[in-house]
Amino acid sequence: MKLTLSWLKEHLETDASVADILAKLNSIGLEVEAVTDAGAALKDFIVGEVITADKHPNADKLRLCSVSTGSENLQIVCGAPNARAGIKVVLARPGTVIPISGDALKIGTVRGVESRGMMCSARELLLGEDHDGIIELKTDAVVGAPVAAALESAGLLSNDPVIEISITPNRGDAASVWGVARDLAAAGLGKLKSGNVAPVAGKFPAPKTITLNFAAENKNACPIFAGRLIRGVKNGPAPKWVQARFKAVGLKSISALVDVTNFVSQDRGRPLHVFDADKVGNLQARMAKDGETVLALDDATYTLTANTIVIADEARALGIAGIMGGKDSGSYDDTVNVFIESAYFDPGHIARAGRKQGIISDARYRFERGVDPQFVLPGLELATQLILEWCGGEASDVVIAGELPPPHAPITFDPAFVEKLGGIVVPRETIISILQKLGFVVADRGAALQVVPPSWRHDVDGPADLVEEVVRIHGLGSVASVPLPRDAGVAQPVLTRAQRRAKSARRAIAARGFNEAVSFSFIAREHAALFGGGDAARQLSNPIASDLDALRPTPLPCLLAAAQRNAARGLSNLSLFEIGPGFTTGMPEAQATIATGLRTGNALRDWAKSAHDADVFDVKADMLAALEAVTGAPMSAPIRKGAPGWYHPGRSGVIALGKTVIAQFGELHPKVLAAFDLKVPAAAFEIFLDALPEAKAKGKARPLFAPSPYQAIERDFAFVVKHEIAAGDIVKAVKNAERALLDSVAIFDVYEGKGVPEGHKSVAISVRLQPKEKTLTEAEIEAIAAAIVAGVTKATGGSLRT
Amino acid sequence: MSDIATLQSDLLAQVSAASDEAALEAVRVGALGKKGSISELMKTLGGMSPDERKVQGPLLNGLRDAVTDAIALRKSALADATLEARLASETIDVTLPARPENSGTVHPISQVLEEVTAIFASLGFAVAEGPDVEFDDYNFTKLNIPPDHPARQMQDTFYVSPQADGSSHVLRTHTSPVQVRTMLNSKPPIRIISPGRTYRVDSDATHSPMFHQVEALAIDKGLHLGHLKWTIEEFCKAFFEIDAIELRARPSFFPFTEPSLEWDMRCDRSTPGKIVFGQGNDWLELGGSGMVHRKVLENCGIDASVYSGFALGFGLDRMAMLKYGIPDIRSFFEGDLRWLRHYGFAALDIPSLEGGLSR
Repeated sequence: MKLTLSWLKEHLETDASVADILAKLNSIGLEVEAVTDAGAALKDFIVGEVITADKHPNADKLRLCSVSTGSENLQIVCGAPNARAGIKVVLARPGTVIPISGDALKIGTVRGVESRGMMCSARELLLGEDHDGIIELKTDAVVGAPVAAALESAGLLSNDPVIEISITPNRGDAASVWGVARDLAAAGLGKLKSGNVAPVAGKFPAPKTITLNFAAENKNACPIFAGRLIRGVKNGPAPKWVQARFKAVGLKSISALVDVTNFVSQDRGRPLHVFDADKVGNLQARMAKDGETVLALDDATYTLTANTIVIADEARALGIAGIMGGKDSGSYDDTVNVFIESAYFDPGHIARAGRKQGIISDARYRFERGVDPQFVLPGLELATQLILEWCGGEASDVVIAGELPPPHAPITFDPAFVEKLGGIVVPRETIISILQKLGFVVADRGAALQVVPPSWRHDVDGPADLVEEVVRIHGLGSVASVPLPRDAGVAQPVLTRAQRRAKSARRAIAARGFNEAVSFSFIAREHAALFGGGDAARQLSNPIASDLDALRPTPLPCLLAAAQRNAARGLSNLSLFEIGPGFTTGMPEAQATIATGLRTGNALRDWAKSAHDADVFDVKADMLAALEAVTGAPMSAPIRKGAPGWYHPGRSGVIALGKTVIAQFGELHPKVLAAFDLKVPAAAFEIFLDALPEAKAKGKARPLFAPSPYQAIERDFAFVVKHEIAAGDIVKAVKNAERALLDSVAIFDVYEGKGVPEGHKSVAISVRLQPKEKTLTEAEIEAIAAAIVAGVTKATGGSLRT
Repeated sequence: MSDIATLQSDLLAQVSAASDEAALEAVRVGALGKKGSISELMKTLGGMSPDERKVQGPLLNGLRDAVTDAIALRKSALADATLEARLASETIDVTLPARPENSGTVHPISQVLEEVTAIFASLGFAVAEGPDVEFDDYNFTKLNIPPDHPARQMQDTFYVSPQADGSSHVLRTHTSPVQVRTMLNSKPPIRIISPGRTYRVDSDATHSPMFHQVEALAIDKGLHLGHLKWTIEEFCKAFFEIDAIELRARPSFFPFTEPSLEWDMRCDRSTPGKIVFGQGNDWLELGGSGMVHRKVLENCGIDASVYSGFALGFGLDRMAMLKYGIPDIRSFFEGDLRWLRHYGFAALDIPSLEGGLSR
C-alpha cells in the first residue's frame, strides 16, 4: 500500500512532521516499508543568486560569477550559456555531494581561477535530462533556503514523500489512503476530515435492472449490489494530477473511466467495476456454472467452478465478481454509456475463488480482507461524481438489489482484561475513548462493556482483539517488563535423550576433523533414487527447482554433491558431516535423524607418507567413535555385511541389533561416485540416532575398580582359514571358547601369499588372559589355548598355522 | 716422588688419554685386572711386616680408589660423548610439517542453537521437536489459519505429493506445529522452545527455500505482554552479549497470536557492511511474537479462561548472521568447505552460560 503525504493530508488535518507520521504508523501496526523523499537527497543544496557574471580572464566560453548564498558571495567559474547576473540558481557549496557523480564537491581551479562552488543543471541533480544550462529558479525563490520548495515551485521536483506501508492480512480496513488517515486520527495524530459523499441526483430512471440470484446456501455471497447508468460520457486520459498521483504510488493510468475505479479503490478502499452499458444486458450476481468460462481483463480465459461468484447478464458471465472484470464488457475509448457496479462480496467466497483461479488483483486483495459494506452506496456516489467530472455525461437513478449485511455482533469486554493480557494499566475511560475513536460503539453497562466493532473492521471478534486495539493505540512502549517466575532451586536439564545424542555425535565427529554442513532437505529425484528414495510419495508437488524435487532419504547425497562442488574448486581431500533428517515416506513423523559422515580424497602429497586414500577403515573408526560418544560405551554389537546398494558391496558393513540397523558404513559404490562426478575415493558412514537402544539404567555409580593382582598372560595364535572367512568370526569363536578369563583379543596380522595355501589366509591374533583368583599353571594355560584352537577350528574350518 | 705416586700419576694420565671405552678398559685391566699393576702391588702387602703394611696399606688403597674413581668418571664422560654424538647424528628438520590432520568445525546454525538453548534452559524452557513433514492441520488449521485465510499467502507452502492413503501434507512453514503438538500432549504450565528446519517457496538474494526457526512458547496462569517483553529483552541481552540493547515493539498480525507484536532492535548501520547494536538510528527486525490466540489454546485442548501464554519466534540463521557477521543466508547450505572452515566453530567450543556463550 503506497500513498503520498499530500494524498494523506487530503483526509487528515495534521501539522505532524513526516518523521512523526512514520513513527506513529509503525507504532500502531502499519509498518512503514519504505519512504521515498526526493527532496531529502537535495537537502544540502541551497538557492543562490548570481550577482555578477563576467568573462573568464583565460577562457572565452567560461564565465566568472559571483554568487550569493544569502550570507556571502562565492566566486564560481561556470560554463553554462545561461549563467548571467540576476538569475536564481541551485547552488552546491564545497562538500555537497553531487547526485550524478556521488562525489563531494571540492574547491577547484579552472584555467587559473579558483572556483568555490557549482551551479547545477537538472541532470546533475538527477531531476531530468536537461544539461544545456543550469536550472533557473523562479525569481521569488528565497536565497540561502534549501532548494526543495523552489524546485517544486519550478516544476522540477515532486517534493511529496511517498510512503509504502505493509498491510497485515487482518487490516483490510487500512488498505486505502482514507483507512490510513482514519487510524492515524484515532491514534491522535491529527483530525480526520469529513469523508461524506454528497449523493448525485439521478436525471432519469436506470434502464437496466440488477438481481441477486443465489440459492439459500450462498445467500451471504453477495448481500448487496448497487449500480447506476451514466450516459453520454467521453473517455480519454484521466486528469494530469490523477496520472501524476498514480505514477507516484505505482498505479498504472489506463483511461479516465478505469482510473475512476482504481482511484476510489486506492482512496477509499472501495473496489468498483465499470461496464460498457451497451455491451451488457440486465445484470445479476450469481454463482458460476461448473465449466463456465470468462475472458478476463488480463486476456486469460478462466474456466470457473460452481463456488465462484460471477456478474452476468441474461446471456453469459461477464466477469469474476470481486476479482476481475471481463474483457469484452469493459470500458474503452469508444465507450459512451457506462454502468457502475458497487457490491459487497463475502471474503471467504472471494478468497476461495481467487486461490482456485490463481488471480492476483487489487479487487481480490481488498474483498478477501473485507471491505466496508457501509460504503457500497457512498462509493457508488463518489464514482458517479468523478465520472461526471472527468468524462461528462448524466447519471441515472441508483438501483439496488439486496440489503446491507447486519452489523457485527457485540463483544462483551471486561476492561480489566487489558491489564490481564496486555500487562498495562489503562484507565477505563481511556479504554472507552480509544475504542470510540477507532469507530467502535461502546455501551458501558456496569462491569463489562458491550462493544460493537465498526463496519470496516472484520478482524475483531473477541476480547483479545480489543486488548490489541487498546494497546496499539495507547502505545506498546508503555508495557513494562515483568520477569517470568523461575523455579526455585537449580535449573533442571532440558534436553531429551535424542537431543543429547545429536549433540554428542556432532561434537565427537567434529573432533575427528569433520566439517559440519547443513544441506537442503530436498534433492534431485535421480539422486534420491540412488539412495533408496525418489518415489512418488516423497516428491514435492511444487518444488522450487526441478533438481530440488525429492525429499532426501539420507543426508549422504547432499554431502556427495557438496564434495563434488568442493572438488571442482580444487578441494577434493575433505571430510564433511551432517546430522539431519532422512525421509522414509512423505508422511509426518516418517523421518530419521541420521548422523552422516563422508571422507573423500587421495593420499595426500605428504612428506611423512602418513596419509592414505579414504577407505572403509577410516569411516569405520569414525563411526565407532561417534557411536561410543553417543552411547557412552564401546559398541559391542558385531559388524556384518549387508550395507545398502550405494556402498561398495565388498567394502562395507552394518551394525544391527536384531533386524534394526543402527549404522552402516563403507566405501561408496563406483556408480554412485560416477553419478556425482566424483573422481576421488570416497567412504561414508550413516548412524541412525533414533534407532540406538536405550542405555540400560544402572544408576550413577560405576562398578568398583578391582584390578587383578595376578599377572596377565598373552598368547599369540595364527590360524589359516579360507579367504572368505571373516576375521570377526575368528574373534567371536575365541570369545565363545573362553569366557571366564578372556580379557581381550586383538588381530595383529593378516597374511596371504607364500607359505599359505592358495585361497587361504593366515590371521594372527593375540589373546590376553587375565587370571582373577590365582596364577595360572602352564597346564591350565595350555588347556585354554587348546580350547581356543578347537573353538576357532570348529567355527571357521581353519587350522592352527604351524 | 715415591713409586706409588709415580704410578698413580702415570695411571691417571692413561685414563685421561683413553679416547674410547675399549682403550679405557685396557687401562683398567692394566691397572686393576688380575695382573694389573695395582693388583700386583696389592699382592705384595701379604709379604710385608705389620708396620710396613700399616704404612703401605693405606697408600695402596688410596691408589686403587683414585684410579677406580678416575676410570668411572672417564667412563661416564665417554658414554655422554657417545650419546651426544648419536643424538647429533639423529637430528632432523623439525620445521617439516606435522602429519596432516584436518580441524573439524561445527556449523554456525548448530552453534547458535546451542547458545539459544543454553539461554532458554536457564529460564526453564525445554527443547521440543517435531517432524519436517507436517499435517496441514497442525501447520495451519489448529493455529487459526483456515484454508482460505489470506494469511496462508503469507507463507508460501511446499506441498508433498499425495500419499498412498490419499492424505497430503506440507513441509512445515514454521516450527509452530511443534507448539501444537506440545500443547496437545502436555498440560500447562508449559515452557518450550522449538527449533528446526522450516521451508517456504521463496528463493532470492535474501531468502532460502529452507531456513531455521526457533520459537518459544510459555503457557501458564497470569502471563501477559510484560512477561513476553521481559523474555525477549533478557534473551537478546544474553544472546548478543550486550547489556545496552534497546528494543522497540510494533503491533503486527499473526493468526495464532492476539495481540501480535514484532520486535526491532536499535542498531547502527551507518558503516556499510557493519552493524553495531545498542546505538545508532536504525532498527533491525528481530522476529514476531504475541499472546497465544484463544482459538489456538482451545484447538489444543487448553482452557483459555484459565491459562494464557505467549509465543515468540525468530530465524536461527538470521541470528547467526547478525551475531557473527555472516552476509548471505544462501551460503549456509552450500557445503563450501572454505565457508565451513571460515565461519564454523571448533569442536570443543561448546557454549555455556557459566563459561560464556562465545569466545
